[in-house]
Amino acid sequence: MAKTAGAVKTSYQGQIHLLQKEMMGRYFESVTRAAEQGEGKAVYMLISGNPVELILAFDLIPVYPEIDALQLAVKKAALPYIQKAEEIGYSMDNCAYVKADIGLFMGDRKTPFATIPLPTLILCNYVGCNVYLQWFEHLAEYSQGALYNLDIPFMRDPSGRSRPEDVAYVVRQLEEVIEICEKITGKKLDYAKLKRIVALSGETGELWSKIKALTKNVPSPFDAYFDSVTMMAPLYCLRGTEEGLRFFQIALKEMEEKVQMGTGPLPEERFRFVIEGPPPWPYLRTFRDLFAKWGAVAVASTYSTVGGLWEFGFRHDPNRPLESIAEHMLEWNLTNRNFLQRYDQIRRYVEEWSADALVIHSVKSCRLFSAGQGDMREYFAKELGVPTLLIESDIEDPRYFSEAQMKNRIDAFFESLEHKKIMREAATVGAST
Amino acid sequence: MIYAAGIDVGSTQTKGVIINEQFEIVGRALIDTGANVTRAAERSFAEALLAAGLKREDTAYVIGTGYGRYKVTFGDAQITEISCHAKGAFFLFPRTRTVIDMGGQDAKGIKVGTEGDVKDFVMNDKCAAGTGRFLANAAEALGLPLDEIGTISLAAKNPVRLTTVCTVFVESDIMSYLAQGKKIEDILGGVHSAIAARTVSLVRRVGIEEEVTFTGGVSRNIGMVRALEDKLGMRLNVSPESHFVGALGAGLFALERAAKALGSRRQATGMGAGTTA
Repeated sequence: MAKTAGAVKTSYQGQIHLLQKEMMGRYFESVTRAAEQGEGKAVYMLISGNPVELILAFDLIPVYPEIDALQLAVKKAALPYIQKAEEIGYSMDNCAYVKADIGLFMGDRKTPFATIPLPTLILCNYVGCNVYLQWFEHLAEYSQGALYNLDIPFMRDPSGRSRPEDVAYVVRQLEEVIEICEKITGKKLDYAKLKRIVALSGETGELWSKIKALTKNVPSPFDAYFDSVTMMAPLYCLRGTEEGLRFFQIALKEMEEKVQMGTGPLPEERFRFVIEGPPPWPYLRTFRDLFAKWGAVAVASTYSTVGGLWEFGFRHDPNRPLESIAEHMLEWNLTNRNFLQRYDQIRRYVEEWSADALVIHSVKSCRLFSAGQGDMREYFAKELGVPTLLIESDIEDPRYFSEAQMKNRIDAFFESLEHKKIMREAATVGAST
Repeated sequence: MIYAAGIDVGSTQTKGVIINEQFEIVGRALIDTGANVTRAAERSFAEALLAAGLKREDTAYVIGTGYGRYKVTFGDAQITEISCHAKGAFFLFPRTRTVIDMGGQDAKGIKVGTEGDVKDFVMNDKCAAGTGRFLANAAEALGLPLDEIGTISLAAKNPVRLTTVCTVFVESDIMSYLAQGKKIEDILGGVHSAIAARTVSLVRRVGIEEEVTFTGGVSRNIGMVRALEDKLGMRLNVSPESHFVGALGAGLFALERAAKALGSRRQATGMGAGTTA
């Protein structure tokens, strides 16, 4: 029954964590220089299916308000910003990413990690979330920056594929974005450069996809949730750069070595789970420890596909740069996919990554992410017979994390999995003797 | 004789149970948890031992459960009350397939397997709506003792339709019904019916399979038993020990472990079954 192990230290030891810190430090330095010395022009974008390749082709600096918000949360600095937004009328029920970000705009935009520059362009790559639209409209109002809303059709086709007319529709909009960027920068698009950047993204996607396949190994060389988030920042902020590519080359090598040595993130891998939903950033370590205590390792996560889904074969194609950017935005990121596709993605993770269970972390801030997770739980628990745990807190607002309640649910869930494991092992022993 | 103990440190009350190797409860204690959780755990253990006429060293294994399980510092292990309620309910009613547990701050539905194991569970979200605390606040608003409101609610002829199950707002809701001249039994009928409806919809998420056993402090409230039976359209198992089911489950786990530990010790010293000393 319950194994009440003491606290297991869960910090991942490896080169990539240091490298990530260094690279992201440099990225935030460039962001700060843009804000404080006017070096370069910032373009605000959203993570989901971002067209960063296009922005880099103009040497513009991508800034992601979601990353700013989550950095505040990780550094336990979000609450005063959230409260500032609430003071001017944002509701308790509004997305706390939005509120933390709006709170930044109510002050000098100085944070413990960077000073956030005002945007030259606010490029709302609207994918899957209608709150994004309002968020970026508000930012446009506070910053007086130019706003362009990309309209990305949702994946409504039962096949789950984007239609040629959808791709053409998005490409036409990307051409408009190119015109705007040309005006902002005063230079024409260097098409050959765009192709080079898209090629780098293609290679990065290939490496990331290989890295993600490694967690099919037993033990998994890294935690596909808690350690994947380390790799997600370079994937979004540095994709399409030589530096970003190098990061993923090093990461792949490091993870392959771990597979060779048969080491994982924990001393012992007792359970393998798939996790759906964004992490509770303000309590990431606490949350991780609740699983680590049980020897539970995430072998796949849907959150790591919010910005892009590469593990099922998608690659950016330098021969079709705009079309492949459009396909990435439409089809190959989690949040623009329909619910049946989300089910299918998780089902494949459970089967192909040999998981024992599914954990759904539902966040109050993101209704669009969380809506339907009750049904998802039903589907996996009742129809597919996958042990499924649904827990709730928030991505940003520390007021919604109750450690005692979280611990109780997680402990009870693994107690029951432990019981099943013991029964299964006993049956195997019984059969072999 | 082997004895084992289960200590269930709940948000409101702490329950201690001592059982012997014949699975009989030989001592029990029920005390308010209060602010000093560790002391509550110790007191419940001491009182249960006293009731059993035993000493601390007579118990071979102690398991802590409930929210304060990690404060059972003298315990040998901790197990969540979800597993313990399933275990305890299954022991009392072996045909149990669903457990409804209502305590001071949470309500749970547990799907139980054929060995008393947890197959699935759901709990109320982070809000005390539909829990014992809600009933306590309602009782307080009406100036009635908590253990009487269930019986009074059974006399309801026209139960009110409560517009909220919010534990904080229930008091103002009750005030407004009183101001409208509603009868106390009808207000209480509404209170019980609202919580029962909320609990049943919660438990339906794991799937309700007969037999259903009702456990936890609130199961002592006859009004809630009837209201749940009414909503479910089936009879509930309620044991006189229902308040102690979590502690009992913990005690049963403790007994299993004590027996196992003893078995392996016997084996290690060549005193296992089949050998003569």
